[in-house]
Amino acid sequence: MWRRHRVLIGATLVGLAAIGVLPMASPSIVTLLALILAKGVVVLGIIVLLQAGQVSFGHAMFFAAGAYAVAFYGRYVGVGDMLLYLVFGAVAGGVLGLIVGLFVVRYREIFFGMLNLAFSMVLWSLLEKMFHYTNGADGIRVARPALVGLTFTPDQFSYVLLYLSFAIAVAALFAVQRYLESPLGSMLRAIKSNETRLEYLGISARRVLLVGYVTSAVLAGLGGSLVAVIQQIATPEFAYWTKSGEFVFIAILGGTGHALGAFAGAAVFEFVRFYASAQLADAWQMILGFVLIAIILLAPAGLIGIVRRRSAGERSAA
Amino acid sequence: MTKVVLSARGLVIRFGGVVAADGVDLDVQAGEHLAIIGPNGAGKTTFLNIATGYLKPQAGSVEFLGQDITAHSPRAITRLGIARAFQIPQLFLEHTVIESLLIAAASRNGRLATLRSLEDLPEREEMMQLLELVGARDAAEHKAVVLPEGRRKLVDIAMALALKPKLVLMDEPTSGVASAEKFAIMDVLVAALNAQAVTSVFVEHDMDVVQRYADRVAVWSSGKIQTVGTPREVLADPAVISQVIGI
Ligand SMILES: Nc1ncnc2c1ncn2[C@@H]1O[C@H](COP(=O)(O)OP(=O)(O)OP(=O)(O)O)[C@@H](O)[C@H]1O
Ligand SMILES: [Mg+2]
Repeated sequence: MWRRHRVLIGATLVGLAAIGVLPMASPSIVTLLALILAKGVVVLGIIVLLQAGQVSFGHAMFFAAGAYAVAFYGRYVGVGDMLLYLVFGAVAGGVLGLIVGLFVVRYREIFFGMLNLAFSMVLWSLLEKMFHYTNGADGIRVARPALVGLTFTPDQFSYVLLYLSFAIAVAALFAVQRYLESPLGSMLRAIKSNETRLEYLGISARRVLLVGYVTSAVLAGLGGSLVAVIQQIATPEFAYWTKSGEFVFIAILGGTGHALGAFAGAAVFEFVRFYASAQLADAWQMILGFVLIAIILLAPAGLIGIVRRRSAGERSAA
Repeated sequence: MTKVVLSARGLVIRFGGVVAADGVDLDVQAGEHLAIIGPNGAGKTTFLNIATGYLKPQAGSVEFLGQDITAHSPRAITRLGIARAFQIPQLFLEHTVIESLLIAAASRNGRLATLRSLEDLPEREEMMQLLELVGARDAAEHKAVVLPEGRRKLVDIAMALALKPKLVLMDEPTSGVASAEKFAIMDVLVAALNAQAVTSVFVEHDMDVVQRYADRVAVWSSGKIQTVGTPREVLADPAVISQVIGI
Protein backbone atom coordinates (compact mmCIF):
# COMPACT_ATOMS: atom_id res chain seq x y z
CA MET A 1 0.00 0.00 0.00
CA TRP A 2 2.61 2.57 1.05
CA ARG A 3 5.00 1.54 -1.65
CA ARG A 4 2.43 1.49 -4.38
CA HIS A 5 0.98 4.84 -3.42
CA ARG A 6 4.30 6.51 -2.70
CA VAL A 7 3.87 8.96 -5.55
CA LEU A 8 0.30 9.90 -4.67
CA ILE A 9 1.10 10.32 -1.01
CA GLY A 10 4.10 12.46 -1.87
CA ALA A 11 1.96 14.60 -4.17
CA THR A 12 -0.69 14.94 -1.47
CA LEU A 13 1.90 16.25 0.97
CA VAL A 14 3.23 18.72 -1.60
CA GLY A 15 -0.34 19.86 -2.26
CA LEU A 16 -1.02 20.20 1.44
CA ALA A 17 2.09 22.35 1.85
CA ALA A 18 1.02 24.47 -1.13
CA ILE A 19 -2.46 25.20 0.15
CA GLY A 20 -1.02 25.88 3.60
CA VAL A 21 1.78 28.21 2.56
CA LEU A 22 0.69 29.98 -0.63
CA PRO A 23 -2.31 31.80 0.91
CA MET A 24 0.05 33.33 3.50
CA ALA A 25 2.02 34.92 0.71
CA SER A 26 -1.07 36.23 -1.01
CA PRO A 27 -4.60 35.77 0.34
CA SER A 28 -6.09 36.47 -3.09
CA ILE A 29 -4.72 33.14 -4.17
CA VAL A 30 -7.13 31.09 -2.05
CA THR A 31 -9.92 31.05 -4.61
CA LEU A 32 -7.49 30.43 -7.44
CA LEU A 33 -6.14 27.36 -5.67
CA ALA A 34 -9.64 26.02 -5.06
CA LEU A 35 -10.44 26.52 -8.72
CA ILE A 36 -7.29 24.65 -9.75
CA LEU A 37 -8.26 21.69 -7.60
CA ALA A 38 -11.85 21.68 -8.84
CA LYS A 39 -10.78 21.79 -12.47
CA GLY A 40 -8.17 19.14 -11.80
CA VAL A 41 -11.00 16.82 -10.74
CA VAL A 42 -12.72 17.40 -14.10
CA VAL A 43 -9.49 16.82 -16.00
CA LEU A 44 -8.99 13.59 -14.09
CA GLY A 45 -12.10 12.38 -15.93
CA ILE A 46 -10.57 13.36 -19.28
CA ILE A 47 -7.48 11.36 -18.37
CA VAL A 48 -9.61 8.31 -17.56
CA LEU A 49 -11.02 8.38 -21.10
CA LEU A 50 -7.61 8.99 -22.61
CA GLN A 51 -6.51 5.66 -21.15
CA ALA A 52 -8.83 4.10 -23.72
CA GLY A 53 -7.37 6.39 -26.39
CA GLN A 54 -10.59 8.40 -26.61
CA VAL A 55 -10.75 12.18 -26.45
CA SER A 56 -14.04 13.83 -25.57
CA PHE A 57 -14.53 17.34 -26.92
CA GLY A 58 -17.79 17.66 -25.06
CA HIS A 59 -17.07 16.99 -21.42
CA ALA A 60 -18.09 20.51 -20.51
CA MET A 61 -21.66 19.20 -20.72
CA PHE A 62 -21.12 17.15 -17.58
CA PHE A 63 -19.27 20.01 -15.95
CA ALA A 64 -22.29 22.21 -16.68
CA ALA A 65 -24.68 19.51 -15.51
CA GLY A 66 -22.99 19.55 -12.11
CA ALA A 67 -22.97 23.34 -11.96
CA TYR A 68 -26.62 23.69 -12.99
CA ALA A 69 -27.70 20.94 -10.60
CA VAL A 70 -26.44 23.24 -7.85
CA ALA A 71 -27.86 26.39 -9.45
CA PHE A 72 -31.31 24.87 -10.01
CA TYR A 73 -31.41 23.56 -6.49
CA GLY A 74 -30.65 27.02 -5.15
CA ARG A 75 -33.19 28.61 -7.44
CA TYR A 76 -36.11 26.23 -7.06
CA VAL A 77 -35.61 24.60 -3.68
CA GLY A 78 -33.57 27.08 -1.70
CA VAL A 79 -30.01 27.30 -0.53
CA GLY A 80 -28.85 23.77 0.19
CA ASP A 81 -25.91 22.34 2.04
CA MET A 82 -22.52 22.17 0.34
CA LEU A 83 -22.28 18.39 0.72
CA LEU A 84 -25.71 18.00 -0.82
CA TYR A 85 -24.57 20.17 -3.71
CA LEU A 86 -21.59 17.95 -4.32
CA VAL A 87 -23.71 14.82 -4.31
CA PHE A 88 -26.17 16.45 -6.70
CA GLY A 89 -23.40 17.59 -8.99
CA ALA A 90 -21.85 14.14 -9.14
CA VAL A 91 -25.21 12.44 -9.69
CA ALA A 92 -26.23 14.93 -12.39
CA GLY A 93 -22.95 14.34 -14.21
CA GLY A 94 -23.28 10.58 -13.79
CA VAL A 95 -26.88 10.35 -14.99
CA LEU A 96 -26.25 12.50 -18.03
CA GLY A 97 -23.04 10.55 -18.59
CA LEU A 98 -24.95 7.27 -18.63
CA ILE A 99 -27.53 8.58 -21.11
CA VAL A 100 -25.01 10.12 -23.49
CA GLY A 101 -22.54 7.31 -22.85
CA LEU A 102 -24.91 4.56 -23.96
CA PHE A 103 -24.82 6.25 -27.33
CA VAL A 104 -21.24 7.46 -27.76
CA VAL A 105 -19.40 4.34 -26.55
CA ARG A 106 -20.21 2.71 -29.88
CA TYR A 107 -17.91 5.16 -31.59
CA ARG A 108 -14.19 5.69 -31.54
CA GLU A 109 -11.65 8.42 -32.08
CA ILE A 110 -12.76 11.36 -34.20
CA PHE A 111 -16.39 10.19 -34.23
CA PHE A 112 -16.34 9.76 -30.48
CA GLY A 113 -14.81 13.19 -29.99
CA MET A 114 -17.21 14.96 -32.34
CA LEU A 115 -20.33 13.22 -31.04
CA ASN A 116 -19.45 14.38 -27.58
CA LEU A 117 -19.03 17.87 -28.96
CA ALA A 118 -22.43 17.67 -30.62
CA PHE A 119 -24.18 16.58 -27.43
CA SER A 120 -22.51 19.34 -25.47
CA MET A 121 -23.65 21.94 -27.99
CA VAL A 122 -27.22 20.73 -27.61
CA LEU A 123 -26.97 21.24 -23.87
CA TRP A 124 -25.33 24.63 -24.35
CA SER A 125 -28.12 25.88 -26.60
CA LEU A 126 -30.79 24.54 -24.25
CA LEU A 127 -29.19 26.47 -21.41
CA GLU A 128 -29.04 29.59 -23.58
CA LYS A 129 -32.52 29.36 -25.04
CA MET A 130 -34.63 28.16 -22.13
CA PHE A 131 -34.42 31.60 -20.64
CA HIS A 132 -37.41 31.13 -18.44
CA TYR A 133 -35.67 28.42 -16.46
CA THR A 134 -32.02 29.25 -16.90
CA ASN A 135 -31.79 33.06 -17.25
CA GLY A 136 -30.11 32.40 -20.59
CA ALA A 137 -26.63 33.74 -21.06
CA ASP A 138 -26.72 35.60 -17.75
CA GLY A 139 -26.72 32.32 -15.91
CA ILE A 140 -27.95 31.60 -12.41
CA ARG A 141 -26.31 33.00 -9.33
CA VAL A 142 -25.32 30.52 -6.67
CA ALA A 143 -25.68 31.69 -3.09
CA ARG A 144 -23.10 30.69 -0.51
CA PRO A 145 -24.26 27.43 1.09
CA ALA A 146 -23.65 26.13 4.57
CA LEU A 147 -21.40 23.13 5.16
CA VAL A 148 -23.00 20.41 7.30
CA GLY A 149 -25.11 23.13 8.86
CA LEU A 150 -22.22 25.47 9.65
CA THR A 151 -22.33 28.94 8.12
CA PHE A 152 -19.30 31.06 7.30
CA THR A 153 -18.36 34.61 6.40
CA PRO A 154 -17.29 35.04 2.75
CA ASP A 155 -13.67 35.15 3.85
CA GLN A 156 -13.88 32.02 5.91
CA PHE A 157 -15.86 30.33 3.22
CA SER A 158 -13.13 30.78 0.61
CA TYR A 159 -10.82 28.83 2.91
CA VAL A 160 -13.49 26.23 3.55
CA LEU A 161 -13.86 25.77 -0.19
CA LEU A 162 -10.13 25.43 -0.61
CA TYR A 163 -9.87 22.71 2.01
CA LEU A 164 -12.95 20.96 0.74
CA SER A 165 -11.68 21.06 -2.85
CA PHE A 166 -8.40 19.67 -1.65
CA ALA A 167 -10.09 16.81 0.18
CA ILE A 168 -12.20 16.00 -2.88
CA ALA A 169 -9.21 16.21 -5.20
CA VAL A 170 -7.19 13.82 -3.04
CA ALA A 171 -10.08 11.39 -2.72
CA ALA A 172 -10.71 11.53 -6.48
CA LEU A 173 -7.03 11.04 -7.22
CA PHE A 174 -6.75 7.92 -5.07
CA ALA A 175 -10.06 6.54 -6.33
CA VAL A 176 -9.11 7.03 -9.97
CA GLN A 177 -5.69 5.50 -9.44
CA ARG A 178 -7.33 2.52 -7.80
CA TYR A 179 -9.82 2.20 -10.63
CA LEU A 180 -7.12 2.38 -13.29
CA GLU A 181 -5.16 -0.38 -11.57
CA SER A 182 -8.22 -2.63 -11.23
CA PRO A 183 -9.19 -5.17 -13.90
CA LEU A 184 -11.76 -2.80 -15.41
CA GLY A 185 -9.26 0.04 -15.53
CA SER A 186 -6.69 -2.21 -17.18
CA MET A 187 -9.27 -3.24 -19.75
CA LEU A 188 -9.82 0.44 -20.49
CA ARG A 189 -6.19 0.65 -21.62
CA ALA A 190 -6.70 -2.54 -23.63
CA ILE A 191 -9.34 -0.75 -25.70
CA LYS A 192 -6.58 1.50 -26.92
CA SER A 193 -4.24 -1.30 -27.95
CA ASN A 194 -6.45 -4.17 -29.11
CA GLU A 195 -10.21 -4.19 -28.98
CA THR A 196 -10.39 -7.37 -31.06
CA ARG A 197 -8.53 -9.35 -28.44
CA LEU A 198 -10.65 -7.86 -25.71
CA GLU A 199 -13.80 -9.16 -27.40
CA TYR A 200 -12.08 -12.51 -27.93
CA LEU A 201 -11.54 -12.68 -24.18
CA GLY A 202 -15.29 -12.39 -23.75
CA ILE A 203 -15.16 -8.77 -22.64
CA SER A 204 -17.48 -6.08 -23.99
CA ALA A 205 -15.30 -3.14 -24.96
CA ARG A 206 -18.39 -0.95 -24.99
CA ARG A 207 -19.30 -1.81 -21.45
CA VAL A 208 -15.74 -1.25 -20.28
CA LEU A 209 -15.74 2.13 -21.98
CA LEU A 210 -19.16 2.98 -20.57
CA VAL A 211 -17.92 2.48 -17.03
CA GLY A 212 -14.98 4.76 -17.79
CA TYR A 213 -17.29 7.27 -19.43
CA VAL A 214 -19.71 7.46 -16.53
CA THR A 215 -16.80 7.70 -14.11
CA SER A 216 -15.41 10.63 -16.04
CA ALA A 217 -18.84 12.28 -16.18
CA VAL A 218 -19.24 11.93 -12.41
CA LEU A 219 -15.86 13.61 -11.93
CA ALA A 220 -16.84 16.40 -14.32
CA GLY A 221 -20.16 16.89 -12.54
CA LEU A 222 -18.44 16.98 -9.18
CA GLY A 223 -15.93 19.52 -10.43
CA GLY A 224 -18.74 21.55 -12.00
CA SER A 225 -20.68 21.77 -8.75
CA LEU A 226 -17.52 22.89 -6.96
CA VAL A 227 -16.74 25.56 -9.54
CA ALA A 228 -20.33 26.85 -9.46
CA VAL A 229 -20.02 27.43 -5.73
CA ILE A 230 -16.48 28.83 -5.98
CA GLN A 231 -17.48 31.30 -8.69
CA GLN A 232 -21.00 31.74 -7.28
CA ILE A 233 -22.57 31.31 -10.69
CA ALA A 234 -23.47 28.82 -13.41
CA THR A 235 -23.67 30.07 -17.00
CA PRO A 236 -24.12 28.36 -20.39
CA GLU A 237 -20.40 29.06 -20.94
CA PHE A 238 -19.82 26.13 -18.61
CA ALA A 239 -21.11 23.84 -21.36
CA TYR A 240 -19.51 25.64 -24.30
CA TRP A 241 -17.09 23.79 -26.54
CA THR A 242 -14.18 26.06 -25.63
CA LYS A 243 -14.61 24.86 -22.06
CA SER A 244 -14.41 21.24 -23.24
CA GLY A 245 -11.33 22.16 -25.22
CA GLU A 246 -9.82 23.74 -22.15
CA PHE A 247 -10.14 20.48 -20.20
CA VAL A 248 -8.46 18.51 -22.98
CA PHE A 249 -5.81 21.22 -23.23
CA ILE A 250 -5.08 20.95 -19.50
CA ALA A 251 -4.90 17.16 -19.72
CA ILE A 252 -2.33 17.28 -22.54
CA LEU A 253 -0.44 20.04 -20.77
CA GLY A 254 -0.25 18.10 -17.52
CA GLY A 255 0.37 14.73 -19.11
CA THR A 256 -2.05 11.87 -19.59
CA GLY A 257 0.18 9.07 -18.38
CA HIS A 258 -0.59 9.65 -14.73
CA ALA A 259 -3.61 10.91 -12.81
CA LEU A 260 -1.44 13.59 -11.21
CA GLY A 261 -1.05 15.24 -14.60
CA ALA A 262 -4.57 16.64 -14.19
CA PHE A 263 -3.55 18.78 -11.25
CA ALA A 264 -0.14 19.75 -12.59
CA GLY A 265 -1.81 20.90 -15.80
CA ALA A 266 -4.61 22.75 -14.02
CA ALA A 267 -2.12 24.55 -11.78
CA VAL A 268 0.02 25.79 -14.66
CA PHE A 269 -3.01 26.69 -16.76
CA GLU A 270 -4.75 28.71 -14.07
CA PHE A 271 -1.59 30.42 -12.85
CA VAL A 272 -0.64 31.49 -16.35
CA ARG A 273 -4.16 32.72 -16.96
CA PHE A 274 -4.31 34.55 -13.64
CA TYR A 275 -0.98 36.33 -13.86
CA ALA A 276 -0.70 36.74 -17.61
CA SER A 277 -4.18 38.19 -17.90
CA ALA A 278 -3.35 40.67 -15.14
CA GLN A 279 -0.15 41.78 -16.92
CA LEU A 280 -1.02 41.42 -20.57
CA ALA A 281 -4.81 41.60 -20.72
CA ASP A 282 -5.67 39.60 -23.82
CA ALA A 283 -2.37 37.86 -24.36
CA TRP A 284 -2.82 35.01 -21.92
CA GLN A 285 -4.20 32.69 -24.56
CA MET A 286 -1.13 33.34 -26.64
CA ILE A 287 1.17 32.58 -23.73
CA LEU A 288 -0.73 29.36 -22.98
CA GLY A 289 -0.53 28.51 -26.65
CA PHE A 290 3.24 28.82 -26.61
CA VAL A 291 3.44 26.82 -23.40
CA LEU A 292 1.45 24.01 -24.97
CA ILE A 293 3.52 24.06 -28.18
CA ALA A 294 6.66 23.83 -26.09
CA ILE A 295 5.22 20.94 -24.09
CA ILE A 296 4.15 18.99 -27.16
CA LEU A 297 7.48 19.51 -28.90
CA LEU A 298 9.80 19.07 -25.95
CA ALA A 299 7.90 16.91 -23.50
CA PRO A 300 5.09 15.01 -25.16
CA ALA A 301 4.36 13.17 -21.90
CA GLY A 302 3.36 16.51 -20.38
CA LEU A 303 4.51 18.21 -17.20
CA ILE A 304 4.11 15.03 -15.22
CA GLY A 305 6.29 13.29 -17.78
CA ILE A 306 9.09 15.76 -17.09
CA VAL A 307 8.88 15.07 -13.36
CA ARG A 308 8.83 11.34 -13.97
CA ARG A 309 11.79 11.41 -16.31
CA ARG A 310 13.77 13.43 -13.79
CA SER A 311 13.07 11.12 -10.90
CA ALA A 312 13.76 8.08 -13.06
CA GLY A 313 17.05 9.68 -14.10
CA GLU A 314 18.00 10.35 -10.51
CA ARG A 315 17.14 6.83 -9.51
CA SER A 316 19.29 5.30 -12.22
CA ALA A 317 22.11 7.73 -11.43
CA ALA A 318 22.01 6.79 -7.75
CA MET B 1 -19.75 -43.00 -29.06
CA THR B 2 -18.04 -39.73 -29.78
CA LYS B 3 -19.65 -36.38 -29.26
CA VAL B 4 -19.52 -33.58 -31.80
CA VAL B 5 -18.31 -30.32 -30.29
CA LEU B 6 -18.24 -28.06 -33.30
CA SER B 7 -20.23 -28.67 -36.42
CA ALA B 8 -20.07 -26.59 -39.62
CA ARG B 9 -22.58 -27.12 -42.40
CA GLY B 10 -22.48 -25.71 -45.92
CA LEU B 11 -20.42 -22.61 -45.10
CA VAL B 12 -20.10 -20.19 -48.00
CA ILE B 13 -18.33 -16.84 -48.02
CA ARG B 14 -17.12 -14.79 -50.95
CA PHE B 15 -14.88 -11.75 -51.03
CA GLY B 16 -15.42 -10.19 -54.41
CA GLY B 17 -14.27 -12.88 -56.82
CA VAL B 18 -12.59 -15.01 -54.17
CA VAL B 19 -14.62 -17.84 -52.69
CA ALA B 20 -12.91 -18.34 -49.35
CA ALA B 21 -15.47 -20.87 -48.12
CA ASP B 22 -17.28 -22.90 -50.73
CA GLY B 23 -19.57 -25.34 -48.95
CA VAL B 24 -17.49 -26.29 -45.92
CA ASP B 25 -18.82 -29.19 -43.82
CA LEU B 26 -16.82 -30.26 -40.79
CA ASP B 27 -17.45 -32.00 -37.47
CA VAL B 28 -14.96 -31.67 -34.63
CA GLN B 29 -15.15 -34.51 -32.11
CA ALA B 30 -14.86 -34.03 -28.37
CA GLY B 31 -11.29 -34.40 -27.13
CA GLU B 32 -9.63 -34.64 -30.52
CA HIS B 33 -6.87 -32.48 -31.98
CA LEU B 34 -7.77 -31.68 -35.54
CA ALA B 35 -5.19 -30.20 -37.87
CA ILE B 36 -6.16 -28.00 -40.80
CA ILE B 37 -3.68 -27.95 -43.65
CA GLY B 38 -3.75 -26.42 -47.09
CA PRO B 39 -1.96 -23.91 -49.32
CA ASN B 40 -1.87 -20.16 -48.69
CA GLY B 41 -5.20 -18.51 -49.35
CA ALA B 42 -7.15 -21.79 -49.15
CA GLY B 43 -9.51 -20.34 -46.56
CA LYS B 44 -8.16 -21.84 -43.32
CA THR B 45 -8.16 -18.60 -41.35
CA THR B 46 -11.50 -17.70 -42.88
CA PHE B 47 -12.96 -20.86 -41.38
CA LEU B 48 -11.73 -19.84 -37.92
CA ASN B 49 -13.15 -16.36 -38.49
CA ILE B 50 -16.57 -17.79 -39.27
CA ALA B 51 -16.46 -20.31 -36.43
CA THR B 52 -15.77 -17.52 -33.93
CA GLY B 53 -18.36 -15.12 -35.31
CA TYR B 54 -15.87 -12.61 -36.69
CA LEU B 55 -17.22 -13.16 -40.20
CA LYS B 56 -20.81 -14.05 -41.03
CA PRO B 57 -21.14 -16.67 -43.77
CA GLN B 58 -23.39 -15.93 -46.73
CA ALA B 59 -24.78 -19.45 -46.39
CA GLY B 60 -24.45 -22.30 -43.92
CA SER B 61 -24.34 -22.56 -40.16
CA VAL B 62 -22.06 -23.37 -37.24
CA GLU B 63 -23.17 -25.23 -34.14
CA PHE B 64 -21.25 -25.47 -30.88
CA LEU B 65 -22.42 -28.19 -28.48
CA GLY B 66 -25.72 -28.32 -30.29
CA GLN B 67 -26.33 -24.56 -30.21
CA ASP B 68 -26.45 -22.49 -33.39
CA ILE B 69 -23.75 -19.81 -33.03
CA THR B 70 -23.62 -18.58 -36.62
CA ALA B 71 -25.02 -15.15 -35.76
CA HIS B 72 -23.24 -14.81 -32.40
CA SER B 73 -20.53 -12.22 -31.76
CA PRO B 74 -16.95 -13.30 -31.02
CA ARG B 75 -17.56 -12.24 -27.43
CA ALA B 76 -20.67 -14.40 -27.03
CA ILE B 77 -18.92 -17.36 -28.62
CA THR B 78 -15.91 -16.90 -26.35
CA ARG B 79 -18.19 -16.94 -23.35
CA LEU B 80 -19.67 -20.22 -24.53
CA GLY B 81 -16.22 -21.80 -24.37
CA ILE B 82 -14.37 -21.33 -27.66
CA ALA B 83 -11.03 -19.54 -27.39
CA ARG B 84 -8.83 -18.50 -30.26
CA ALA B 85 -5.15 -17.96 -30.87
CA PHE B 86 -4.37 -15.84 -33.92
CA GLN B 87 -2.15 -16.22 -36.95
CA ILE B 88 -0.95 -12.68 -36.28
CA PRO B 89 -0.77 -12.35 -32.49
CA GLN B 90 -3.43 -10.08 -31.03
CA LEU B 91 -1.95 -8.71 -27.84
CA PHE B 92 -2.35 -5.76 -25.53
CA LEU B 93 0.90 -4.16 -26.56
CA GLU B 94 1.02 -1.59 -23.78
CA HIS B 95 0.36 -4.10 -21.01
CA THR B 96 2.89 -6.48 -19.57
CA VAL B 97 2.43 -10.11 -20.47
CA ILE B 98 1.25 -11.08 -17.00
CA GLU B 99 -1.22 -8.19 -16.95
CA SER B 100 -2.64 -9.37 -20.27
CA LEU B 101 -3.12 -12.87 -18.93
CA LEU B 102 -4.69 -11.53 -15.74
CA ILE B 103 -7.18 -9.58 -17.83
CA ALA B 104 -8.13 -12.88 -19.45
CA ALA B 105 -8.41 -14.55 -16.06
CA ALA B 106 -10.47 -11.67 -14.70
CA SER B 107 -12.84 -12.06 -17.62
CA ARG B 108 -13.10 -15.81 -17.15
CA ASN B 109 -13.91 -15.52 -13.47
CA GLY B 110 -16.13 -12.46 -13.79
CA ARG B 111 -13.87 -10.23 -11.73
CA LEU B 112 -15.08 -7.00 -13.21
CA ALA B 113 -16.64 -5.22 -10.26
CA THR B 114 -13.61 -5.54 -8.01
CA LEU B 115 -11.39 -2.61 -7.12
CA ARG B 116 -8.55 -4.98 -6.31
CA SER B 117 -5.42 -4.29 -8.25
CA LEU B 118 -5.14 -6.46 -11.35
CA GLU B 119 -1.66 -7.40 -10.17
CA ASP B 120 -3.03 -8.83 -6.92
CA LEU B 121 -5.66 -11.13 -8.37
CA PRO B 122 -5.54 -14.67 -6.95
CA GLU B 123 -5.13 -16.05 -10.48
CA ARG B 124 -1.65 -14.61 -10.72
CA GLU B 125 0.19 -17.80 -9.83
CA GLU B 126 -1.98 -19.85 -12.18
CA MET B 127 -1.16 -17.43 -15.00
CA MET B 128 2.55 -17.61 -14.23
CA GLN B 129 2.31 -21.38 -14.53
CA LEU B 130 0.55 -21.01 -17.83
CA LEU B 131 3.40 -18.83 -19.07
CA GLU B 132 5.83 -21.45 -17.85
CA LEU B 133 3.89 -24.03 -19.81
CA VAL B 134 4.21 -22.17 -23.10
CA GLY B 135 7.82 -21.36 -22.29
CA ALA B 136 7.39 -17.63 -21.85
CA ARG B 137 7.63 -17.18 -18.11
CA ASP B 138 10.68 -14.97 -18.40
CA ALA B 139 8.62 -12.52 -20.46
CA ALA B 140 6.00 -12.05 -17.73
CA GLU B 141 7.02 -8.55 -16.72
CA HIS B 142 7.81 -7.34 -20.22
CA LYS B 143 5.47 -5.21 -22.25
CA ALA B 144 4.17 -7.20 -25.18
CA VAL B 145 5.34 -4.47 -27.55
CA VAL B 146 9.01 -5.32 -26.93
CA LEU B 147 8.65 -9.06 -27.54
CA PRO B 148 9.89 -10.65 -30.76
CA GLU B 149 7.29 -12.29 -33.00
CA GLY B 150 7.95 -15.84 -31.79
CA ARG B 151 7.28 -14.98 -28.17
CA ARG B 152 4.22 -12.99 -29.09
CA LYS B 153 2.73 -16.10 -30.60
CA LEU B 154 3.30 -18.03 -27.42
CA VAL B 155 1.72 -15.29 -25.33
CA ASP B 156 -1.19 -15.18 -27.75
CA ILE B 157 -1.74 -18.92 -27.23
CA ALA B 158 -1.46 -18.47 -23.48
CA MET B 159 -4.17 -15.80 -23.59
CA ALA B 160 -6.50 -18.27 -25.26
CA LEU B 161 -5.69 -21.01 -22.77
CA ALA B 162 -6.13 -18.63 -19.84
CA LEU B 163 -9.86 -18.72 -20.55
CA LYS B 164 -9.98 -22.47 -19.84
CA PRO B 165 -11.97 -23.06 -23.00
CA LYS B 166 -13.77 -26.23 -24.03
CA LEU B 167 -12.48 -25.80 -27.56
CA VAL B 168 -9.42 -23.87 -28.68
CA LEU B 169 -8.79 -22.80 -32.27
CA MET B 170 -5.14 -22.07 -33.02
CA ASP B 171 -3.93 -20.50 -36.24
CA GLU B 172 -0.40 -21.79 -36.95
CA PRO B 173 0.63 -22.05 -33.28
CA THR B 174 4.23 -22.96 -34.03
CA SER B 175 4.88 -20.63 -36.95
CA GLY B 176 6.97 -18.23 -34.89
CA VAL B 177 8.98 -20.92 -33.19
CA ALA B 178 12.30 -22.31 -34.43
CA SER B 179 11.97 -25.85 -35.86
CA ALA B 180 14.10 -27.29 -33.10
CA GLU B 181 11.67 -26.02 -30.45
CA LYS B 182 8.42 -26.91 -32.18
CA PHE B 183 8.12 -30.38 -30.74
CA ALA B 184 9.00 -29.24 -27.25
CA ILE B 185 6.28 -26.59 -27.31
CA MET B 186 3.71 -28.89 -28.87
CA ASP B 187 4.52 -31.67 -26.39
CA VAL B 188 3.56 -29.54 -23.41
CA LEU B 189 0.72 -27.81 -25.20
CA VAL B 190 -0.98 -31.04 -26.25
CA ALA B 191 -0.33 -32.62 -22.86
CA ALA B 192 -1.96 -29.62 -21.19
CA LEU B 193 -4.95 -29.76 -23.53
CA ASN B 194 -5.36 -33.47 -22.86
CA ALA B 195 -5.08 -33.00 -19.12
CA GLN B 196 -8.00 -30.60 -19.19
CA ALA B 197 -9.90 -32.45 -21.90
CA VAL B 198 -9.76 -29.45 -24.20
CA THR B 199 -10.61 -30.11 -27.84
CA SER B 200 -8.45 -28.29 -30.37
CA VAL B 201 -8.35 -27.30 -33.99
CA PHE B 202 -5.04 -26.03 -35.27
CA VAL B 203 -3.96 -24.71 -38.62
CA GLU B 204 -0.47 -25.98 -39.38
CA HIS B 205 2.02 -25.82 -42.23
CA ASP B 206 4.62 -28.13 -40.70
CA MET B 207 3.76 -31.71 -41.69
CA ASP B 208 6.01 -33.19 -39.01
CA VAL B 209 3.94 -31.40 -36.39
CA VAL B 210 0.72 -32.57 -38.04
CA GLN B 211 1.97 -36.15 -38.22
CA ARG B 212 2.95 -36.19 -34.60
CA TYR B 213 0.15 -34.35 -32.83
CA ALA B 214 -3.02 -34.43 -34.91
CA ASP B 215 -5.67 -37.09 -34.39
CA ARG B 216 -7.27 -36.13 -37.69
CA VAL B 217 -6.35 -33.85 -40.56
CA ALA B 218 -8.65 -31.77 -42.75
CA VAL B 219 -7.19 -30.64 -46.04
CA TRP B 220 -8.35 -27.26 -47.36
CA SER B 221 -8.16 -26.28 -50.98
CA SER B 222 -9.73 -23.20 -52.58
CA GLY B 223 -12.41 -22.83 -49.92
CA LYS B 224 -13.31 -26.53 -49.91
CA ILE B 225 -12.39 -29.46 -47.74
CA GLN B 226 -10.63 -31.87 -50.02
CA THR B 227 -10.28 -34.76 -47.58
CA VAL B 228 -10.46 -35.54 -43.89
CA GLY B 229 -8.69 -38.48 -42.27
CA THR B 230 -5.96 -39.65 -39.98
CA PRO B 231 -2.52 -38.13 -40.59
CA ARG B 232 -1.29 -41.50 -41.83
CA GLU B 233 -4.01 -41.72 -44.51
CA VAL B 234 -4.03 -38.10 -45.53
CA LEU B 235 -0.31 -37.47 -45.67
CA ALA B 236 0.13 -40.54 -47.86
CA ASP B 237 -2.50 -39.39 -50.36
CA PRO B 238 -0.73 -38.49 -53.63
CA ALA B 239 -3.20 -35.68 -54.39
CA VAL B 240 -2.54 -34.09 -51.01
CA ILE B 241 1.18 -34.50 -51.40
CA SER B 242 1.25 -32.74 -54.75
CA GLN B 243 -1.22 -29.96 -54.03
CA VAL B 244 -0.70 -29.13 -50.39
CA ILE B 245 2.69 -30.24 -49.36
CA GLY B 246 4.03 -29.39 -52.76
CA ILE B 247 6.67 -32.05 -53.28
N1 LIG C 1 -11.85 -10.07 -44.77
C1 LIG C 1 -11.46 -10.38 -46.03
N2 LIG C 1 -11.72 -9.54 -47.07
C2 LIG C 1 -11.37 -9.86 -48.32
N3 LIG C 1 -10.74 -10.99 -48.66
C3 LIG C 1 -10.44 -11.86 -47.69
C4 LIG C 1 -10.79 -11.60 -46.33
N4 LIG C 1 -10.38 -12.65 -45.57
C5 LIG C 1 -9.81 -13.51 -46.42
N5 LIG C 1 -9.84 -13.06 -47.68
C6 LIG C 1 -9.36 -13.77 -48.86
O1 LIG C 1 -9.86 -15.07 -48.78
C7 LIG C 1 -8.87 -16.03 -49.17
C8 LIG C 1 -8.64 -16.99 -48.04
O2 LIG C 1 -7.91 -16.31 -47.01
P1 LIG C 1 -7.47 -17.02 -45.66
O3 LIG C 1 -6.83 -15.97 -44.82
O4 LIG C 1 -8.61 -17.73 -45.07
O5 LIG C 1 -6.39 -18.06 -46.16
P2 LIG C 1 -5.48 -19.06 -45.34
O6 LIG C 1 -5.82 -20.42 -45.80
O7 LIG C 1 -5.57 -18.77 -43.90
O8 LIG C 1 -4.04 -18.70 -45.89
P3 LIG C 1 -2.63 -18.59 -45.14
O9 LIG C 1 -2.05 -19.96 -45.11
O10 LIG C 1 -1.83 -17.69 -46.03
O11 LIG C 1 -2.86 -18.01 -43.81
C9 LIG C 1 -7.65 -15.23 -49.58
O12 LIG C 1 -7.68 -15.04 -50.96
C10 LIG C 1 -7.84 -13.92 -48.87
O13 LIG C 1 -7.23 -12.88 -49.59
MG1 LIG D 1 -4.34 -18.04 -42.48
